[in-house]
Amino acid sequence: MTAMVTVDDALTRYEPVIGLEVHVELGTVSKMFCGCPTTFGGEPNTQVCPVCLGLPGSLPVVNRAAIESTIRMGLALNCDIAEWCRFARKNYFYPDMPKDYQISQYDEPLCTDGYLDVTVPLADGGSEVVRVGIERVHMEEDTGKLTHTGGATGRIHGADYSLVDYNRAGIPLVEIVTKPVTGTGGLAPAVARAYVAALRDIMRSLGVSDVRMEEGSLRCDANVSLAPPGQPWGTRTETKNVNSLRSVERAVTFEIRRQAGVLDAGGHIVQETRHFHEDDGTTTPGRSKEEAEDYRYFPEPDLLPVAPDPAWVDELRTTLPELPAARRARLQEQWGISDFDMDSLINAGAVELVEATVAAGADQGAARKWWMGELSRAAKDRGVELAELGVTPADVARIADLVGQGTLNDKLARLVFEGVAAGEGSPDEVVAARGLELVSDDTALLAALDDAIAANEDAVAKIRDGKVQAAGAIIGAVMKATRGQADAARVRELLLERLGE
Amino acid sequence: MSDITRDEVAHLARLARLDLPEEDLTHYAEQLDVILDAVAAVSQVAADDIPATSHPVPMANVFRDDVNRGCLDRDEVLSQAPAAEDGRFQVPRILDDEEPS
Repeated sequence: MTAMVTVDDALTRYEPVIGLEVHVELGTVSKMFCGCPTTFGGEPNTQVCPVCLGLPGSLPVVNRAAIESTIRMGLALNCDIAEWCRFARKNYFYPDMPKDYQISQYDEPLCTDGYLDVTVPLADGGSEVVRVGIERVHMEEDTGKLTHTGGATGRIHGADYSLVDYNRAGIPLVEIVTKPVTGTGGLAPAVARAYVAALRDIMRSLGVSDVRMEEGSLRCDANVSLAPPGQPWGTRTETKNVNSLRSVERAVTFEIRRQAGVLDAGGHIVQETRHFHEDDGTTTPGRSKEEAEDYRYFPEPDLLPVAPDPAWVDELRTTLPELPAARRARLQEQWGISDFDMDSLINAGAVELVEATVAAGADQGAARKWWMGELSRAAKDRGVELAELGVTPADVARIADLVGQGTLNDKLARLVFEGVAAGEGSPDEVVAARGLELVSDDTALLAALDDAIAANEDAVAKIRDGKVQAAGAIIGAVMKATRGQADAARVRELLLERLGE
Repeated sequence: MSDITRDEVAHLARLARLDLPEEDLTHYAEQLDVILDAVAAVSQVAADDIPATSHPVPMANVFRDDVNRGCLDRDEVLSQAPAAEDGRFQVPRILDDEEPS
């Protein structure tokens, strides 16, 4: 194995070119070509019929909703919608497709030649907009799920045999292929990640897919090649099934470093598919392509061409929701915040959360403060996304409200967040169960205050001499006695009143 | 005049998972040549301005509504398979292959 080089070092000699192929499972009720349900997690082979099992004599019929979803995706990605296109058979022998071919599209994709503007976070906290060209968006069907049995690793190598579940076979799948992305230099890994994130956000706002990467409803293959500046593009590798945003970034980074090492040593890059390993962030070669793939595509004779009426396409165009980029610009203006603050929200994946928190009644400043402060820290500590923390925008709005009312201070609010995230219930339930309300009853505060005054004669003397900063010691003692549940500002007021008497 | 080689026949046989004996390759190459020549006769009448026809019936846009229809009973399905385990089809060792997508 050749030595790896750092990304920065690699970039002094080579320009990376990346390309991404993303597969999105559509959220239709039924499969692409038959009426079987598409629900995730069903008992194996209970969502199958003659069509998706490829039984002789069965015939596919196209799901109208899948075509609609694909056209809407194409429109959202600024693509041209074909006036006429066909499905094609991709022939291969593999047990994940019982027909021994996959119905796909080949040289006549439904959507072509679009783009997506991607906001890429920069190391300095700012951002840069990169336009990623879209080569094509086409329809196909998903394959069955294989489980490899026997052998030590549960992997395909060394397995004794494999088991197949066809529930997933035939679920509508849309493949989105970018044009080669050039000239992004060291930003290439971040561009890859930001592109997949942006695509995910668009699919979600279109409502065409639940885009859960962890359930495989959005899957990504990353192509990477390197070449010295000004030279023709190098040979590319394709790293398959990179299935989280972080992995996309890591896989591209690894390939840049690995390929630079190979080229530095005078070697050449083998055109091959590679597998990404989540545990150490490396890629290893898959099947080497001794022979070029030969899928023998031909027009699918069992399906008629798709020729979307331009009026239908125009009608679908009107159903497009406000897309994430436009929505962000609008929110930034509404909230009156700087580009930098907006970038921070985007980079933290907090825009939608803050928006929902504001919708639930919170002030935008308070909403941003909690999501970007306490909650971002907690998410980072646990290695999860903000949205997966178990705290909802409604919870944040309620806690901000309790702080606003003076029922909680920031310190107590943090404990409430901790309780909510730990599944102890709603903010009000956590406040009640943990007894976290601020002591607002002056009688109780005065009792604690008098104890503190008695115990801190030095400080009292200093305050009487005009050294008001000495009040900190007494306020601290009161906070300690009330387990942090006193309102410090109120304690200070009471103290000065007391000593002024 | 087409000219199918023995290598091409061997390649096609491999793609179709046909176990053709080495000594039959020439025989099949000759036969395929004859077939291709016969089909090529079409191009004598079909000029460049006539598009290739994949679907002889002039129809398009035959769609179904996105609704569920009944599925098959799993036991009945698996009873048709050569082997099954755990509610799944059992297939022989796949070895070094990998999934296309």
